[in-house]
Amino acid sequence: MAYFRSHILVCNDPECLEKGSMEIMDLLKQEIAKLGLQDEVQVLDTPRIGLCAQGPEIMVYPEGYHYINLKKENIPFLVEEQFLKGRPVKKWFAPEKKEGTQELREPTTKEVRVVLRNCGKIDPENIEEYIAEDGYAALAKVLTESNPDEVIQTVKESSLRGRGGAGFPTGVKWGFTRDSAGNEKYVICNADEGDPGAFMNRAVLEGDPHSVVEGMIIAAYAIGASQGYIYCRAEYPIAVKTVKIAISQARNMGLLGENIFGTDFSFDLEVRQGAGAFVCGEETALIASIEGKRGEPRPRPPFPAVSGLFGKPTNINNVESYANIPQIILNGPEWFASMGTEKSKGTKTFALAGDVNKTGLIEVPFGITLREIIFDIGGGIKNGKEFKAIQTGGPMGGCLPKEYLDLPVDYEKLTEAGSIMGSGGMVVMDDETCMVDIARFFLEFIQDESCGKCVPCRVGTKRMLEILTRICDGNGKDGDIELLENLSAEIIEDSLCGLGKGAPNPVISTLRFFKDEYEAHIYNKECPAKVCRALINYEIDPEKCVGCTLCARNCPVDAISGERKQTHVIDPDICIRCGICKQVCNYDAVRVT
Amino acid sequence: MTIETKKDRDFIKTADEAVDMYDAKKEELIPILMKVNQDLGYIPKPVMEHISSRLSVPQSHLYSVASFYHMFFTKQTGRHVIKFCESAPCHVAGGREVFDALKEELGILPGETSEDGKWTLVTTSCLGVCAVGPVMMVDEDIYGNLTPEQIPDILAKYE
Repeated sequence: MAYFRSHILVCNDPECLEKGSMEIMDLLKQEIAKLGLQDEVQVLDTPRIGLCAQGPEIMVYPEGYHYINLKKENIPFLVEEQFLKGRPVKKWFAPEKKEGTQELREPTTKEVRVVLRNCGKIDPENIEEYIAEDGYAALAKVLTESNPDEVIQTVKESSLRGRGGAGFPTGVKWGFTRDSAGNEKYVICNADEGDPGAFMNRAVLEGDPHSVVEGMIIAAYAIGASQGYIYCRAEYPIAVKTVKIAISQARNMGLLGENIFGTDFSFDLEVRQGAGAFVCGEETALIASIEGKRGEPRPRPPFPAVSGLFGKPTNINNVESYANIPQIILNGPEWFASMGTEKSKGTKTFALAGDVNKTGLIEVPFGITLREIIFDIGGGIKNGKEFKAIQTGGPMGGCLPKEYLDLPVDYEKLTEAGSIMGSGGMVVMDDETCMVDIARFFLEFIQDESCGKCVPCRVGTKRMLEILTRICDGNGKDGDIELLENLSAEIIEDSLCGLGKGAPNPVISTLRFFKDEYEAHIYNKECPAKVCRALINYEIDPEKCVGCTLCARNCPVDAISGERKQTHVIDPDICIRCGICKQVCNYDAVRVT
Repeated sequence: MTIETKKDRDFIKTADEAVDMYDAKKEELIPILMKVNQDLGYIPKPVMEHISSRLSVPQSHLYSVASFYHMFFTKQTGRHVIKFCESAPCHVAGGREVFDALKEELGILPGETSEDGKWTLVTTSCLGVCAVGPVMMVDEDIYGNLTPEQIPDILAKYE
């Protein structure tokens, strides 16, 4: 690798791209060449530095200077000062300790980075940087020192469980596929990360794609596959691009293709894109989609390990599962199993979103409590409000109330509490969130994404959505809660795939912990969180109103009357409860009742 | 037999390009449709007919695939397609107000195209940029940390 005294990382995430980060990158290169520094200063692009809302942004290493809000006309000055004269231009630095929308921060003491260890640190489009971080050493070790059974044994000993959410032991799954009859076998990486609020896999694919590629090659060796596919959702164009680059680089270096490392093992990889169907994250639907069909699930058994892609034995794992493999091989299964709880070993990445101060990605050992995640790592609830619930496990997960804040996070504990691990989305909700509205919201999503193949899921979720909608609209009836409970039980019992079986979960968990809110909606025609529009009224507090007329001028339906400097009044019959008056009022005089 | 117009010929050319790009393999149907959808904005009926004969798969199968995936359009879209993220993290971060403002500004509902053929509004599943929600995409551009007030300015950028 060439030696450079300085490295500039230019953020190329979608937001920065939109703000012209590529032009900034070209200009940086131009200016550096102008000063003859091209052999001393390297310019690279990187996905996500963190303050993309204030992009374009760059990092300068080794010093770690973080520049934001860069404009084209600033670049010549910046390059001359920073790289020729060695004087950082502090006025363009990112503010320190900025609480904002960083996706991947410096880890806190409670975090352990295994899967995310290289993200944001190496250039994902340069295989040499991955190799410099012990990349492909695990593959070399496996191919030259172990036979496939030993590899499977190592993965079994590590107790790694599927990170897609189901938590099936990865080593056991590999064993099944290896033991299946047939010479033609496949490995698939499930990168169809569709859960709303989950973007851990995207970060790994964009930030450290080779770790996934390496994990897949090792899996292929262990089970005896010669062809693999990474199925990535089309909503992630940059991940697709980065992975394609990684594959071609690995191929050029002989890490993919014929006779890898001079052994008689051959394997190659291809990327397949989804086209916006959530259900394709289900493994049998995903396989149908790769085959060019509608992405509809089919009954199991037979499991993909016996009859998968094109009817051949197929091993399918999540991005994060594969990304763990090289580290397990290099550091030993004991090291991996030393982290976590009795039945859930290692670390897990989560995407924290919603009403929490520090949203973004985290990686923590299993066993950490929800409180530690939300308050110690996430910095607590936004705007000083109260914590109300955390939704884990994506749309088929559940909402847990504050009584569960000290719950240690692992597969079993979350399931016992009425939620699931899922792929790792965590949506934090404050006390202004209506749980009935949230349940309705998730049902709407599931309704939309149900593939329509089986009746309980297709029709049952529709009926549930109708009931929830009428409750939110103030038309809930006595017996609706029982009807929801019955429907939930039937849908879980009779649905074919995980989507249907999980569909009622948001309703069941909110009914379990927030039944009083449902009752308030149905019997008192009240929305305690003041969210459901049919059940709230906007009023002007005569004590606070100064008669500035701002609300009346902004009201889209002219529901507000009142003379200048006189108290204003909202006519509830005309008001459409859009809330604009409350947003614009400078005196906090509009209240919701 | 219908009369072949220039538009039809362009469609066929686009379809052929997509099919050839993937060596006319049946299992590459989704990438082929993706390419057509990218080039034309939607998948017109003559294109489906042509791909069907090139790949020797029934038109019914083609239509069933094209109508299954959210990203494929079987009807003509507006010049710009707005994809609004309807996922939970965006919803709790104030997405509902932004979506209302957007619908109001455009005067259309999700799934509709404006009368002047300028806008198509659709909702999309999670775009994975939840840290900056609420989020929407206009064509290929992503906008995050949206507020209802920003909507008119953003829309004004597009011709």
